Amino acid sequence: MADATDAGWGYLANAPGFVRTSGPAVLTSRFAFEDSYTLERSLATGGYEGLRAALRRTPAEVHEEVRQASLLGRGGAGFPAGVKWGFCPDGVWPRYLVVNGDESEPGTYKDRLLMERDPHQLIEGCLIACYAIGLSQCFLYVRGEMALAQERIAAALNEAYAADLVGAGVLGTDLSVDIVLHWGAGAYIVGEETALIESLEGNRGMPRLKPPYFPAAIGLYGRPTIVNNVETLANLPWIMEHGAEAYRGFGSEASPGTRLFSLSGHVRRPGVYEVEQGVTTFRDLIYGDDFCQGIRDGHELKMFIPGGGSAPWFFNEHLDLPLEARPVGAAGSMLGSGAIVVMDETTDAVKACLRLVRFFANESCGKCTPCREGTSWEEKILQRIYDGHGRPSDIDLLLDVGDNISPGPYPAASFEAEGLEAVPFPPLQTTICPLGPSAVAPIVSAIRRFRHEFEAKITRGDGIPVRAEVSA
Amino acid sequence: MAFFSSPNERLAREIIDRYPRPRSALIPLLHLAQEQEGWVTREAMVQIADLTGSTPAEVLGTGSFYEMFKFHPVGRYMVNVCTNISCLLLGGEELLEHVESTLGVRSGGTTDDGLFTVEEAECVAACTEAPCFMVNYRYFHRATAETFDAVVADLRSGRSPLVRGNAGDRGTMPPHGSLGRVRQRIPADRRAGIVPPEQVDGPPAWLPRPEEVGSDG
Repeated sequence: MADATDAGWGYLANAPGFVRTSGPAVLTSRFAFEDSYTLERSLATGGYEGLRAALRRTPAEVHEEVRQASLLGRGGAGFPAGVKWGFCPDGVWPRYLVVNGDESEPGTYKDRLLMERDPHQLIEGCLIACYAIGLSQCFLYVRGEMALAQERIAAALNEAYAADLVGAGVLGTDLSVDIVLHWGAGAYIVGEETALIESLEGNRGMPRLKPPYFPAAIGLYGRPTIVNNVETLANLPWIMEHGAEAYRGFGSEASPGTRLFSLSGHVRRPGVYEVEQGVTTFRDLIYGDDFCQGIRDGHELKMFIPGGGSAPWFFNEHLDLPLEARPVGAAGSMLGSGAIVVMDETTDAVKACLRLVRFFANESCGKCTPCREGTSWEEKILQRIYDGHGRPSDIDLLLDVGDNISPGPYPAASFEAEGLEAVPFPPLQTTICPLGPSAVAPIVSAIRRFRHEFEAKITRGDGIPVRAEVSA
Repeated sequence: MAFFSSPNERLAREIIDRYPRPRSALIPLLHLAQEQEGWVTREAMVQIADLTGSTPAEVLGTGSFYEMFKFHPVGRYMVNVCTNISCLLLGGEELLEHVESTLGVRSGGTTDDGLFTVEEAECVAACTEAPCFMVNYRYFHRATAETFDAVVADLRSGRSPLVRGNAGDRGTMPPHGSLGRVRQRIPADRRAGIVPPEQVDGPPAWLPRPEEVGSDG
């Protein structure tokens, strides 16, 4: 871990965790400035030029430009933002914009950086979206635990209101939008868009059934509502200033642009990297000199989570997959929130699985029975296996409970040694939202690949809790 | 007896005024109550219900869903130690054990002097900077046992420990309940206009009128 404190490696002190590479900087161009979050710095470095460019065109033209850019949502589902915007029904007003800044997926650290370090870029993105499709009020929902992000956004909004950039008559035009900072109070499930809307209405954050409650049709207060992730919106100023064609010059045909990936765990240089999608592979990110520079000294890769705690695990043979939704999905997992967690051979697969499942059990909102009951069953079974009290039938029981939450073959990576082919993503579900099925991902991944580790704990049965060797 | 101080009651009304429906202010007002008192009291919930057109039971119903709201007194400093996957891999559990043994309380407990409450936390979005802990929701990245000891020493002697976090945060550490040290203020003359959705019956001013456009309006 000596690398971590070495200032010479591209780690920016003003944007802790972010590592500058030689690649393009669509989202992170201001991160090197100590005052990157101020209006003064924003305006001195092209801030709000994207908004001005948008205001010179008609709303329909702005919408079309975003559609042409094929800007894929960065929250997890990867749906094209321009298409999502088009789902608002004609003639139903008002329409709202809700910004999802409730970043909580295990392994994910990137929206917080964007909110803390460049809040004006996000505000500008919100205004462009509002202009394009007639959203008359915007709520910026920031995760409750992120005190610094909340205060940076509050200060930025105060500056922007005073400078005629937000509020009545933006820059002297007809565009009039209030942007309200809203903040949560600790609930992972609120990152699900319909739960976010429930929370914003002052309720317990429990997801709504889709259909009929697709937010673009029936969202906040029953009105058409666009819910976009922070990183998605932060792309808009660049797209408006430079055009969709230039944006598509980065990344691949199916996944244009850049994306923030957070790489954590047992790598030499963990960090948040801005990466061209599609043309970069997991191997580039984990082993490349420009990125993580490999597994920590003296160790080797055991497994990695490619897209946040909800994603099925990948292994050595999946390193050469590109960072692109379709091939990753076909191989049995997802890019999700762009969070890659790397684990070396010292990691206890049962323990890693237990910790992730415990998270989902803690965060289950309790609305759907298979998830509410199933996730806590899974946690208890895993805990007793880990503690040395497991029963021989427990492995099958884990899979059976998982099958009640997510029926059928669960998405998983191939495992040639066992003759197992990949099961493509996504899973089926007996629940309203994907939280319950997410808890099955680590279970199926770990049992399929490391069944012997479960069996070893069960057959030993000596009742002595096992400590994982997790640090070097 | 009203719970909110009169400046906070004004603030509460200002917050409510930013939402098309008052009930949307429920969570921000619970935060404001916690900021005033350090935790959410029954009196606070009664007044929040009154201000947002809800019942006290509804306020508790919503509030109890969210982990940050405390319905009993807690320490002046809330210490959250992450043990989720990325932190687990790099010593998050050992860090939590150190915190618990140093302060002499288990997760969920508060020190006898009322200064510190310890909680084991779920992922706090600092995964590349693991292991990580927070004090009053301010980050301490790549933390060690020594970092935590120095932070405790700072807080006991009234110094701000924020620079030790290597998280780009500095300045004062507010007591538990306070989050952002800056509040949003919307000047009356800059408001675009926030009204209940029922009072909006057409597209906003900047969109072309339906008769002026073709199919893609």
